[in-house]
Amino acid sequence: MSQQTSAPVFPPQIQPPQAPAHRNPLFGLDNRYIAPAFITCILLAGHLSFGILESYQKTLLAIITSILIELVLGRIFFHKWVHPASAYITGISVGILIRSPAFWPYALCSAISITSKYVLRVKDRHIWNPSNFGISVMLFLAAETVATLSIQWGNYLWPMIVIWTLGSVIIWRLRRFHITGIYVASFIALAFLRSWMTGSPWQSEIAPITGPMYQLFIFFMITDPKTTVRSKSGQCVVVFLVALFEMVLRLNQIVYAPFYALFVVGPAAMLIEIWLDSRRARAATPTVAQ
Amino acid sequence: MTGNRIARVFLVLFFIALLATPFVIKRMSAGREAGGSKIDAKTALARHGFYLEEVSHAAGINFVHQSPRLDLKLDPITPEVASMGASVSIVDFDRDGWPDIYVTNSAIGSKNALYRNMHDGTFQDVAGDMGIADVNQPGTGVSTGAVWGDFDNDGYEDLFLIKWGRPELFHNDQGHGFTRVTEQARLPPWINANTAIWFDYDGDGLLDLFVGGYYSEDIDLWHLTTTRIMPDSFEYAKNGGRKYLFHNLGNGKFEEVSEKVGISSRRWALAAAAADLRGTGHPDLFVANDYGVSELYFNDGKRFHEVGEQAGVGFAPKSGMNAAFGDILNQGRYAVYVSNISEDGILIQGNNLWVPKEGTAGDTIKYQNLARDFGVELGGWSFGAQFGDLNNDGTLDLYLTNGYISLDRNRSYWYDFSKVAGGNSSIIGDAKNWPAFEGRSLSGYQTKRVWLNDGAGKFVDVAQAVGVTDVYDGRSVALVDLWNRGVLDVVVANQNGPLLLYKNTVAPGNEWIEFELEGNTASHSGSNRSAIGAEVTLFWNGQQQVQEVSGGSGFAAQNDRRLHFGLGRNPHIEKAVIHWPSGKIQTIDKPAADQLHKMKEPA
Repeated sequence: MSQQTSAPVFPPQIQPPQAPAHRNPLFGLDNRYIAPAFITCILLAGHLSFGILESYQKTLLAIITSILIELVLGRIFFHKWVHPASAYITGISVGILIRSPAFWPYALCSAISITSKYVLRVKDRHIWNPSNFGISVMLFLAAETVATLSIQWGNYLWPMIVIWTLGSVIIWRLRRFHITGIYVASFIALAFLRSWMTGSPWQSEIAPITGPMYQLFIFFMITDPKTTVRSKSGQCVVVFLVALFEMVLRLNQIVYAPFYALFVVGPAAMLIEIWLDSRRARAATPTVAQ
Repeated sequence: MTGNRIARVFLVLFFIALLATPFVIKRMSAGREAGGSKIDAKTALARHGFYLEEVSHAAGINFVHQSPRLDLKLDPITPEVASMGASVSIVDFDRDGWPDIYVTNSAIGSKNALYRNMHDGTFQDVAGDMGIADVNQPGTGVSTGAVWGDFDNDGYEDLFLIKWGRPELFHNDQGHGFTRVTEQARLPPWINANTAIWFDYDGDGLLDLFVGGYYSEDIDLWHLTTTRIMPDSFEYAKNGGRKYLFHNLGNGKFEEVSEKVGISSRRWALAAAAADLRGTGHPDLFVANDYGVSELYFNDGKRFHEVGEQAGVGFAPKSGMNAAFGDILNQGRYAVYVSNISEDGILIQGNNLWVPKEGTAGDTIKYQNLARDFGVELGGWSFGAQFGDLNNDGTLDLYLTNGYISLDRNRSYWYDFSKVAGGNSSIIGDAKNWPAFEGRSLSGYQTKRVWLNDGAGKFVDVAQAVGVTDVYDGRSVALVDLWNRGVLDVVVANQNGPLLLYKNTVAPGNEWIEFELEGNTASHSGSNRSAIGAEVTLFWNGQQQVQEVSGGSGFAAQNDRRLHFGLGRNPHIEKAVIHWPSGKIQTIDKPAADQLHKMKEPA
């Protein structure tokens, strides 16, 4: 999920380019709040029209756990109260995407997601998208209790069009539409390739991207500024590789292929970028010394 | 990250603890899962108070259900489309005092069976002799269920045959044979249904018939003109079959009145059951729908009002496949059990146990899903379930069968299923878009659930321990005291599998009481002769339990019309109160335990 409000932790030379976070407000909103507002709207619209949540309490539990752990860990390790918008997005994403009859997976998934940001760091950068990490871990370790959202938003066209339109506008404003665009184009092209390879109807290969799980994945997970590489061309290559690895997983009939693909490709790309950055930094050091 | 070293160590330990949590929870719950371990009958008897022994072959029953072969256009996904049709219903068709068993078959040309109880522990198939075997002929569709009710009040239970095809009504000729009266009854030429129930919705003393369509009635699955026959959504589909309410006019004719009385849903009905949920004297109707929410229709005696959302049962959509009522807390109120789909790591819908909320009743009754709290939530790809006191301890237990398609054990269709199910309606709704099955399983080979009620709000699965070890693709469950021994036996119909007879042995000590009711129709009092809709509330040891005579419940099933109550040890029975469909209330003081009480409604 977008982590646009995490505390600044990068040394100056590797600071990401500043997104217009506090300028050009959309709908009168500070950009920090756009993603949380959008995902909240999706949740409310989905629930009021389709009843996607069997329980408000479970979603609330995920959100509250996420924010609480973020506040506590932020206080301990950054010595300040971290803005909760990022944790809110993680919590609400967990609340929407995780499906379990029990309460504990919601709290645990949120806790793992947020804690991973503070534990799994390289050169002071967290390398996994928190909710992608949390959800993937839960699917690995607690498959008997946990599934993810797949069908609970209906299968009709109009909600999909609304979410795609709104999501595209927002992602465009946040200058990350190219990530979503490349992924969608890659997915569709690879879907036809899979259909040709497996003999399955092409409609069945396209079908997943028409569902709600992908809408969250495409707009929030793969576009997360903190866990994507910084250059635009790099982002395009990485997101294509995510789609490509997802295809490999799909050919092996892995149900949660997109989550696992991002889980593997995202951090690998981050590690490569960090390695390249440190090489550049080493190479630049003598020049600075002169 | 600038935290000190100690804080970082604690953080890492905390993170490891979080990752270890699923393992710890798994270990803690391991003992409660999988129905306990297999133990011998003697130990099961001592530990759980009963055990079940599968005796179908010894009882002379060698019935194996066959699925239909449909239009060639559906061949790639035939295992999924043709995944229902096995059913079982209990009837004493010849009124000899011994329950008989009717089972359906679903291949074109296959025969249904009517197993006459021979009183000696065996059964004999007499369906052919009785004229209700050869009912799956080409051009007429195939059987998917059967319900019994005495629609003409002549004292003999008549048969309504549910089909994907031409529905059939057979009149019982005093136990000597059956006469087909479909045309006289004015039934429609084709319905693709999986559920039907007999009930007297308007209290006129004549049994009416509700039929819930699944596939649209204009689809002939053997001669398709289009492949757009599938649900247009996995959880919000409204393109299923229509509903029918056949009002019994009393002269062998029925009038279809569903629209007139407020039933117009096109959801994909899979199960229905009726009971007086509000104490109005009129049976309310509960419909469990596949690909959507359940529906609850309050009945005011003339019209039905759909109140599912208002009552709490009709908001979260799932894959409803069962509707059974049971007074699980011995409070004189019915809970409703609806089965759904749960598959580890893929789809966890969870079954629903709708329990009336404290303090709500009448028109404002609200239900809450307590399946998880009671421990009856996860049952795999669940199908038929019935409540009954299997160990006679005085509380209603729950038998659930499950398993969808068992083919190749090592290859699953789940990936393809989940791929399409989440897609847009134009994709999911067309059968040609579904990948071919190619011999794969889909939630196959599942272990069953026999949940024992501890009476305090918890059910514990003891299936393996008490001998229920089959892994067939279970569909329909019926409970019946087959051999008049004061215990509930279990009959299970399996798709593409054998009919199973689980003979029950209950530990000595727990007592029981049974009631066989017959409505008084002599003065057109308002009761039907089958007494369907009658309720018996038994008061003993400071508690009460209500049960009703049902015209169909579970999934494509009908229990014995006789009501069985377990009583526990040394019961002190205060009274039994019978609410007849006519409105009459009859009280029996201190009825004797360990007896079947045959009750005729007083004039």
